[in-house]
Amino acid sequence: MPLTLAPNLPDPDGFYDDLLRAHAGLSDAESAAFNARLILILANHIGDPETLRAALLAAR
Amino acid sequence: MVAARYQTAFRLYPYRRVADQGAAARRHPVVIVGGGPVGLTLALDLGQRGTPVLLLDDHEGPGQGSKAICFAKRTLDIAHRLGAGAAMVDKGVVWNVGRVFHAEGELFSFDLLPSEGHRHPAFINLQQPHFERFLHEAIERAQADGAPIEIRGGNRVTGLVTDDDGATLTVDTPDGPYEVAARYLIACDGARSPLRDMMGLGFAGRVFEDNFLIADVRMKAEFPTERWFWFAPPFKDSGQSALLHKQPDDIWRIDFQLGWDIDRDAELDEARIRARVDAMLSSQTGQVPDYDLVWTSIYTFQCRRMERFRHGPVLFAGDSAHQVSPFGARGANSGVQDADNLGWKLDLVRRGLADDGLLDGYATEREVAADENILNSSRATDFMTPKTGASRLFRDAVLDLAGKHPFARPLVNSGRLSVPCTYDGLPGFGPDATGGPALSRPGAACPDGPVEDGFLLDHLGGDFVLLALGGPAPKPVSAHGITPRILHLPRVSCALAHRYLGDAETALYLIRPDQHVVARWPDFDPGAVAAALSRALGKA
Ligand SMILES: Cc1cc2nc3c(=O)[nH]c(=O)nc-3n(C[C@H](O)[C@H](O)[C@H](O)COP(=O)(O)OP(=O)(O)OC[C@H]3O[C@@H](n4cnc5c(N)ncnc54)[C@H](O)[C@@H]3O)c2cc1C
Repeated sequence: MPLTLAPNLPDPDGFYDDLLRAHAGLSDAESAAFNARLILILANHIGDPETLRAALLAAR
Repeated sequence: MVAARYQTAFRLYPYRRVADQGAAARRHPVVIVGGGPVGLTLALDLGQRGTPVLLLDDHEGPGQGSKAICFAKRTLDIAHRLGAGAAMVDKGVVWNVGRVFHAEGELFSFDLLPSEGHRHPAFINLQQPHFERFLHEAIERAQADGAPIEIRGGNRVTGLVTDDDGATLTVDTPDGPYEVAARYLIACDGARSPLRDMMGLGFAGRVFEDNFLIADVRMKAEFPTERWFWFAPPFKDSGQSALLHKQPDDIWRIDFQLGWDIDRDAELDEARIRARVDAMLSSQTGQVPDYDLVWTSIYTFQCRRMERFRHGPVLFAGDSAHQVSPFGARGANSGVQDADNLGWKLDLVRRGLADDGLLDGYATEREVAADENILNSSRATDFMTPKTGASRLFRDAVLDLAGKHPFARPLVNSGRLSVPCTYDGLPGFGPDATGGPALSRPGAACPDGPVEDGFLLDHLGGDFVLLALGGPAPKPVSAHGITPRILHLPRVSCALAHRYLGDAETALYLIRPDQHVVARWPDFDPGAVAAALSRALGKA
């Protein structure tokens, strides 16, 4: 499964808003821990090793 | 004089003066230095094959103290082939339930259910001195049946001279030094290998900056047969992780990961150890059970290996060649596989049935295996002791999630089960002409499976085997004086079909004496079998 780097979020502003809200009231350390959990949950959802490797590269 | 470097648990091979002492050096086809799990396994295998072997050890039996306790299925399969497995399984503890804790809470538990059609469980817990004792008992039985194995205890190698076709050792004994010559010298002399030092060879790798306090305690009351592992244990002064594991004879192994900057002497103070152990043992019930401290020690761990396992007539096996941190129990387990890999090759070379070059294959294959083992145990160590802020962040995220969501549990790494290395893409293997199941591909150790009168591995034994599953019986095929034994299974059990046939109706496997798959085909082609056998023997 190739990594999708074209726009894929139906409601970009809505998602961005949700993301920031999820961090509301968290300290920097809590935010970092939240992000780590989120990455693991999404990575498991994707599953495919090649897609994940491509995502790791794209994020650099 | 040979001063003891450690206490022995059992006196198995007391020093005796032999005629060679005080005579000119006698030349032996194979000399093994070191009677740990690896040297003993190799001596037993060679002797059973009929190759004369002399084993020298500077003590008179296995060392006392806390060393290996987890022996994996592949090790038990090898020991069983050599006649030592049953005693190990009888004495050993099989556990199924493991619990993982993070700080105060239990994250999850698991139950290792045995899989059908395997003689052996995934592993057993057994103290290393017993493991060595059972190997030694099998050696004594083999000797009684005429196997040419000689063990000389109280014989310390202090000097080594090598040339292209052999080695000469200086050996110190209670009656003074003498010399022993060998065509092949196998260094099974442990992680501090004096032979490696005498040859000026390096042992590079990574030291983990951590100290582990290990306590073996004898419990006087009932306590569950489960493996408990804590990340960030909540009880006082217990360090970054802690492990509780059962051994035979009501002994429990307890590990505390203490960190790098510690005062070793203070940590070994009995009152201090008891305070920790009390806190751990009472953490689930609130009650401190009655127990004795049997043995306590502090270890640091490293992952390193020699660059090459063969140097002319000297071959390194076990901890002398590679060392891993104990998470995943890959030390003794991988060393026993070194011995399994080397035994048949040395035997064929000694008989003139294979060229000396076959022994290079030992080194190549086991160097790859060592890298795999080091990778696995380094990963476990990195999970248990995060080295950077980011790695701690993700480690803690995994632990947080594992309590709630099953998906995160496979990411929790407190050591992976030791499994044998598959020699993918190495010379001497292939072809894979069936596209069959991945777990039995060329290079893999044969998975066990049920056959009409027992288990597949019992029928494979320690020879080259041509295994025909379904279809007609193949005709004998020879190459270079070797004719693999034919094992024809016209009816294939479901479990065996799943492990060896996949969707196919028939398959033909060529299998090495160490029970690794050389090649496989959908049906019998004598020319292809002869060619694969030649390659497995290291001949083009
Ligand atoms: C705390 C701890 C826990 C472990 N847990 C596990 C586990 O659960 N599972 C696992 O598989 N592994 C485990 N290991 C690793 C395991 O103990 C080793 O991998 C294993 O002992 C290696 O066997 P060996 O035969 O290569 O060497 P050793 O067992 O070290 O034997 C070497 C032998 O050579 C002898 N010798 C040395 N120098 C000379 C000389 N100059 N002349 C003659 N003889 C000599 C020594 O006396 C010794 O008998 C653990 C290790 C530790 C420390």
